[in-house]
Amino acid sequence: MSEEMKMTCLHDKHVALGALMSPFGGFDMPIQYKGIVEEHNAVRNQVGVFDVSHMGEVEITGPEAEKFVNYIFTNDITDAPVGKIYYGMMLYPNGGTVDDLLVYKMGENDLFLVINAANIDKDVAWILEQAKDFNVTVDHQSDKYGQLAVQGPDSETVLKSVLELDATDLVFYTFKTMEYDGETIIVSRTGYTGEDGFEIYASHAAINKMWDLLIAADVQPCGLGCRDTLRFEVGLPLYGDELSAEISPIEATLGIFVKLDKQGGFIGQEACAKQKAEGSAKKLVGLELHDKAIARHGYEVLKDDKVVGYVTTGYRGISVEGKSLAFALVDRAVGNLGDELSVKIRKKVFGATIVKKKFYKKSYKK
Amino acid sequence: MSKIIEGYYYSESHEYVKVEGNMGFVGITDHAQHELGNVVYVDMPEVDDEVNAGEEFGAVESVKAASDLFSPVSGTVVEVNEALDDEPGLVNKDAYENWIMKVEMSDASELENLMDAAAYKAFIGE
Repeated sequence: MSEEMKMTCLHDKHVALGALMSPFGGFDMPIQYKGIVEEHNAVRNQVGVFDVSHMGEVEITGPEAEKFVNYIFTNDITDAPVGKIYYGMMLYPNGGTVDDLLVYKMGENDLFLVINAANIDKDVAWILEQAKDFNVTVDHQSDKYGQLAVQGPDSETVLKSVLELDATDLVFYTFKTMEYDGETIIVSRTGYTGEDGFEIYASHAAINKMWDLLIAADVQPCGLGCRDTLRFEVGLPLYGDELSAEISPIEATLGIFVKLDKQGGFIGQEACAKQKAEGSAKKLVGLELHDKAIARHGYEVLKDDKVVGYVTTGYRGISVEGKSLAFALVDRAVGNLGDELSVKIRKKVFGATIVKKKFYKKSYKK
Repeated sequence: MSKIIEGYYYSESHEYVKVEGNMGFVGITDHAQHELGNVVYVDMPEVDDEVNAGEEFGAVESVKAASDLFSPVSGTVVEVNEALDDEPGLVNKDAYENWIMKVEMSDASELENLMDAAAYKAFIGE
């Protein structure tokens, strides 16, 4: 483990629980406790808790907070009501993705950005650079907050019975601040699993207290292993796989979060508009393999023996039983539903059909 | 504490060989299956394939990742464990019972390059 490896405020507890630990985004993170399949199923069928304290937080305040965030963010937060959350991306001028993130509307001139762990330094530098010409204050708060994700159909009940947090009134992609143990915390109805669930931002002390209560109440601790299989099955992207500096949200087929007609414009708008009008060269698709072999990140995708793209993520389905599934970034010309492609796995080539990327149906509380 | 069987030979890449005459039954160790977690696919060679000591002959896929398999011995594959096609998780249940391939060894002296149970135990730090 390198000296710069960061630890979340729950690190010692993961080790004590016997978690398999591995580096992710600069942090030493739990990959699994009991097993990826068991943890995955706990979230799909009951409830599980994830330590996601590695995620970064940046608060933007000031008279031009909304104008500024609209300028660096693909979604449109104009006149957003307090309590609403938006998903979108920050882009480079060429349309490549700096990061995908959530924006929480905290107050009139107050926006809370949640960014990926691996991108914290890059994002903060990017935000500060773009903020020069705006009347805003950029406050990097990643060290201040820990974060838990409580996910699964029983999460609302568990929040209430174990943590005494009543979040029944929240609908998907909204949040509220609540009092917990003498401090103000943020509770949102969000997640990265395709199931109903909540994300809680609070001090390290409060996060530790809540974690202990949840574990004592037999809520399954879940690692990043099943976080990835859960998000994959419902077609959610991971930065570094489906989005990157080389992959635009248009190519990743996330155009719904890119508001091309937004007043005032945003960085990357022109590039995305061009890609949308002309059709991007590459396109993210879902693949179902005709074999049990698993297509992993980076494997070549072929059409008639010619390389037409590569796999971005692949797993054997867990909730989608037994199927070998993958996302792949391929040439648009060969990327239509039903098209037959093949994937090179080690020395062999296996056939695959392009299918919808939502392999498993989401169950959100709208 | 992982299970290690006396009399088997072990490689640094965590394969074992159980020797019967000039036949070697090759699989992954209990330690390896534990580290991998749920095995969901075993990529096996084909009967009559030639394998070489130290070279890749297949892969074991856990949920999270693919791990290449390296043959501890050279020879010809005479049988693969077809039960693993339908139930790859057998490797997790008993890694030694559920060998992956049976090799007719061409050079038994290669076994001397492998570890015995005690050396493998020390190698994995148990």
